[in-house]
Order: sequence, then C-alpha cells, then structure tokens
Amino acid sequence: MNVYLDNNATTIVDPEVFAEMEPYFVQKYGNPNSLHAFASDTHPGIKAGMEKIYAGINAPREDSVVITSCATESNNWVLKSIYFEFILTGKKNHIMVSEVEHPSVITTAKFLEGLGCKVTYLPINHEGIVDVQSVRNNITDKTALVSVMWANNETGAIFPVEEIGAICKEHGVPFHTDAVQAIGKLPVDVQAFNVDYLTFSAHKFHGPKGVGALYIKKGKELLPLLHGGAQMGGYRSGTLNVAGIVGMGKAMQNAVEALEYEMTAIRKMRDAFEDELLKIADTFVVTPREKRTPNTILISFRGIEGEAMLWDLNRAGIGASTGSACASEDLEANSVMEAIGAAEDLAHTAIRFSLSRYTTQEELDHALKAVQAAVTRLRGISSSYAYTPKGHVSGLAEHH
Amino acid sequence: MGIDSLIGGTIWDEYSNKVTNLMNNPQNMGEITEEDAQRMHAKLIVADFGAESCGDAVRLYWAVDPKTDTIVESKFKSFGCGTAIASSDTMAELCKGKTVDEAVKITNIDVEFAMRDHADTPAVPPQKMHCSVMAYDVIKKAAAQYKGVDINSFEQEVIVCECARISLSTLQEVIRLNDLTTVEQITDYTKAGAFCKSCIRPGGHEVKDVYLVDLLDEYEKEKLAGKASLGNAGVSTGDFATMTIVQRIKAVDKVVDENIRQMLVMDGGDMEILDIKENGENFDIYIRYLGSCSGCASSSTGTLFAIENILKEKLSDKIRVLPL
Repeated sequence: MNVYLDNNATTIVDPEVFAEMEPYFVQKYGNPNSLHAFASDTHPGIKAGMEKIYAGINAPREDSVVITSCATESNNWVLKSIYFEFILTGKKNHIMVSEVEHPSVITTAKFLEGLGCKVTYLPINHEGIVDVQSVRNNITDKTALVSVMWANNETGAIFPVEEIGAICKEHGVPFHTDAVQAIGKLPVDVQAFNVDYLTFSAHKFHGPKGVGALYIKKGKELLPLLHGGAQMGGYRSGTLNVAGIVGMGKAMQNAVEALEYEMTAIRKMRDAFEDELLKIADTFVVTPREKRTPNTILISFRGIEGEAMLWDLNRAGIGASTGSACASEDLEANSVMEAIGAAEDLAHTAIRFSLSRYTTQEELDHALKAVQAAVTRLRGISSSYAYTPKGHVSGLAEHH
Repeated sequence: MGIDSLIGGTIWDEYSNKVTNLMNNPQNMGEITEEDAQRMHAKLIVADFGAESCGDAVRLYWAVDPKTDTIVESKFKSFGCGTAIASSDTMAELCKGKTVDEAVKITNIDVEFAMRDHADTPAVPPQKMHCSVMAYDVIKKAAAQYKGVDINSFEQEVIVCECARISLSTLQEVIRLNDLTTVEQITDYTKAGAFCKSCIRPGGHEVKDVYLVDLLDEYEKEKLAGKASLGNAGVSTGDFATMTIVQRIKAVDKVVDENIRQMLVMDGGDMEILDIKENGENFDIYIRYLGSCSGCASSSTGTLFAIENILKEKLSDKIRVLPL
C-alpha cells in the first residue's frame, strides 16, 4: 500500500478539477485575447474560474487577483515591486519578513538586502510562531513592506496575521501574507484581515501545478514584474493559462466546500495519528495542535536522522518529508527547528507528515506500522542508542 | 547548467547499488562489548566522531589483538543518512584484518571507492561525499586511542577540502602555477570544493580555518605585490634574485610575451616555460618549444641564444635557458 503524506509539498489533483480543465486543451484552445470565436469560447470558463477564486478568499470585485505561474512568482513580485517603487527611489529603506518564510520570500529578501534594502527577519518563539511584538518594535516610517506567512509549511504553525495586519494598517505599511498553506485548511478572508497582498497556489489545494495567484488590494497596486502584452490588466503579461485558471477556480470552490471536513474529520485523524506517533519513546512535537493547520505534524524521532527515516518510509511506500540536513542540497538543518531553538540534537531528526482530504484511516494505520518498524530498525543502527563500555567518555559532540 | 541540472532529480537516484544495499542491510552494524573483546583476547577500542546536532555521528568499535596490533573485529553504530550509514559500514569492513597502522591509511576516498558499482562512477552524489569524511576521522580517533597518541599526529598536512582530501600546500601550488582566479577553476583543477562546498567560503556546513576564497585572495594580493615590484623595475639582477618563484615566472612570462614570442610565432612556432630552478648562482629556465620550433635546427643554437640573451638583458645575466 502506498500512502501519500506529503500534502504540504503538493497534492493530488481533484478529479473534478481535472474534468473541468480538460476541454481547454483540445477543444477550447483559443488565445483569449484574440478576436474570433476560438477566443470567445474560452471567456465563460475564465470568468467562472475567476469568480470562484474571488469568492474563495472573499475578495471584493474592485480588488485584483492576478493569476501567476506559481506562489514563488507571486512572492517575488511583491517584494521586488516594492523594492523598485519604494526602496530604489529612496522613499523607504526597510522591509520585514519572518525568519521562517518560504525560500521564495527569504531568498528574495536576501537578494534585496544585497542591493541595499534593510531587512528585519522577525523571530519565532518556542512554539514556532512569529512574535507580534517584534513587528511592533521594528516597524518604522521607512518600512515599505511586512511579509509574514499565514501558516508555516514545515510545522503548520498558524501565524497571527490578523494582529500583524492591524499593526501594519495602523502604521500605513503594506502587508503581504503568503497563504499557500492556508487555503483549504483555514478560513481565508482578505476583508476580515487587513491584508494588502496575498499569495496562493493551486497545487496545494488539489488544483494543477503551474498556477499561482496574487491578491492585490485596490489602492495598493504593484509595478508589473513581467512586462509584455498587457494581459491581466497589464499587471502580468503572458498568454492566459486558461485551463489553469479554470482548474484553480474549481479547486478553490471544492477546497472551500471541504474546509469544514478538513477542520474536523482530518484534524481528528491527524490528532489520533499524532497520539500514536507520540507513544513511540523519545518523540517530540513543537507547535501545539490547536495552533497548527489541521493536516500537519512535524515530529522528531530522537537518534534518527531525517533522511534515513524517509528512506525507510519510502521503502514501505510512505511519502513524507523533512527539511533536515542530508535530504537537502545544502546539508543544512531544518531551519524552523533551528529557529525554534529546539534541542540541538533534534535539529536533524524532524519528519513532516501532512494529510489531505483524500487521506484515509486505513492509510494512516498502515503508515503508523511503517513508522514503528523504521524507528526500531534505525535506532538499532543509531550511535545515539549504542552500547557504551564502562569508563568510555562519549565523544559524540566534538565535531565542527 | 544544461539539461541535467535543469531536470534535477533526487539524490537517491545517484546512490550506487552498493550504497543502497548497505543502507538496507548494513553488514557490520553492531557493537563489541568488553566481554566480546575478552573472548577474542583483544583490546576493545570505542571511538566516537560527529554529533547528532551536526547531522551525522558515528561510533566505531574495534577489537585489536595487542600482540600483532591487528583489528580482529570491527563494528559501527551511526546516526546519519543512508550515505553516512553505508560509509560507516564500509569503513568498518575495510578495517577488518588490518593492523592499526594500516587502518589509519584508509581515507574517505577509499571508502567511497569501495562503495562504487563501477570504477568510474561515483558511489554517491557530490554533496554526499561529506558523509564519508567522518568514517576517516573516526578511524584516526580509534587509532590514536589505541596507541595513546594525539589524533593530530596522524595528519601530516593541513587539509582544506576534506571530501576530496586536498591539502593546503597542493592548493597553493596549483593556484600559483596555473594562475587561477576563481573557485570554479580550483574545482576543475583539483576537485576541491566540488562536494559539500564547506571549504569554499564561510557559511557552509562546516567551519574551516582556511577557505578557497582566502587562498585566491592571498594569491591576488601576492600578484599585486609582484606587479608593484616589477613596475619599480625591475630589470636588475638584484630584483630577479629577490623575487618569489611566482614573481619570477611572471617576469619571465612578460619578457617572453613582449620580446620573444612574436619572433617565434612568425616562423610558425611557440614556446612555453616549464620551470625555473636556482642552480648555484644561476637561474635555469626550462622551456619547451612548440609548433615548428620543436623540430627546427636553430632551436638549439641561434634561436636559443636569442631567447637567453633577451632574458639576460631584461632580467638577469645569471639566467640560463635550457630547452627540454
């Protein structure tokens, strides 16, 4: 049995979504900007898709939801556009991002820092949640943007976007939130929260890959990142991804409809699974459950390096994830674990299980057995649980 | 770039079958207790290297026959990824039956090579080479413990890139001789920096005493200093005699470029400088003729005198030119 528990990375496409997209490849393939029936054939689908996307985040009609190629593009766009308009011109000199943002925000912020922009990296507390007070302490009249994610991809920790939005509003500073991990898992309402820019991506909620979006509040218009034929109101040039818009719309509609199920049934399954995992000795979870998205568990198994755990899980047909050292190109420890200040010896041991509305109890039962077997085998190999002869002083801490 | 790096892929795809099999079924995983060692009439050595907080750690157990210094049994325990476990396993295997002195000579490169399926295909992707380094370090630690000596006594030279085991002196020499100016060039010439990349610049996986960028800096400064002294110039014997080897090569190169090469090229030939050696009070410059010069009769007579005389005039009358 294969069990997919890496839904924070990407999700299965909802078959209903796929069915709605299908006519836009072979039948309705016109370029929506052309002047003929082939083009007009695509317009109702685009309109319906956009309406569903607007409804999903409760965006007013006068605001913009611009379809991009991915969340990375949306995040880059906000930061770089703010840089071009406010930092480069000398009107402002500072932006703030949380220290555990997605690489598409952090790396962009570092790039802008190299160009002379001041960047504050907002710290997270021991629960993995960004500290509101640090936003208040660091915001100045030279701050051009605050960007804090809605929920963290690694831990599932829900960030206080409402309070941060309020602080930004009070100081007249634009507020961007990367809501990639929130859509379909939490109620997302751009009007209830003081959000100026909001990023999301279809493939995280059972839509197709290659379709992202950026919500832009009226009056907070951005300079375009992609110049060209002035599609999307001139905001984002490039021939419209018709099937993608249709797919994102349907995926959004279904995600919003399934939200209740996600927040109750999936949460319950997640909690029960987590309870069982925590029965294994020497296991640790960071963010309290009620402060997390309902589908996510980040758990440390002491004495087992993350990639080794993934290896054994993969052999058992389980797909999970780790941000830890050996699994990544740069060999660095899980940045969230480091930021939390988790015990140092746990930095490389975190495994993320992320469920979706397609996850079944049977799958979780199977996954649990696989985890238990992997822990037994790998702790059998681990030096952390090895025989120490009398009088031997352990030297397992002298490296680096 | 290129298509392969654009497609990407998972690091696991690049593991050899041996690495995969050892991760799935490590052969030497386990412990040797005091009692086990006694039964073998051997001395138990337990050495640790690494730390969980760094992402990899290994404990090596040896049973060593004190009469012959032979490692009669060798086991490991490891905290780490698949490569770390497979490397530790291979390392433990390679130790078996060797004397402690022989075991100390096992490097991470031997370990990696032993895990290859084919001699010319690496066992692990570049960034995983690092995982085999601790296998090397823990052997040294075990040996130091057995012999009761300091671990540093086994390392004769300063190693800058541990993954590829490239020493400081090798790097300095290669940079100078080939006039290298970028990290990529160093990597192309020596493989240093090709693996975990910690040795390139501060901020990598490991903290180092010296980085490749420092060595490039050092050479750059030296070149500037060299240029300055050449500029002041620089043609008297005294100057050439006090120059460093690099400065001498530069100076000779400059004269060849400006005063000699054109003469050779007109006849369809060229030359290269192979070495400069001090021979008593003389400076012997070894050259190689290229192109049509190499077969030309005058290359050992007229042309040679011309080259030598120009260098003597421009740099030092103690110069002798020797064609190879």
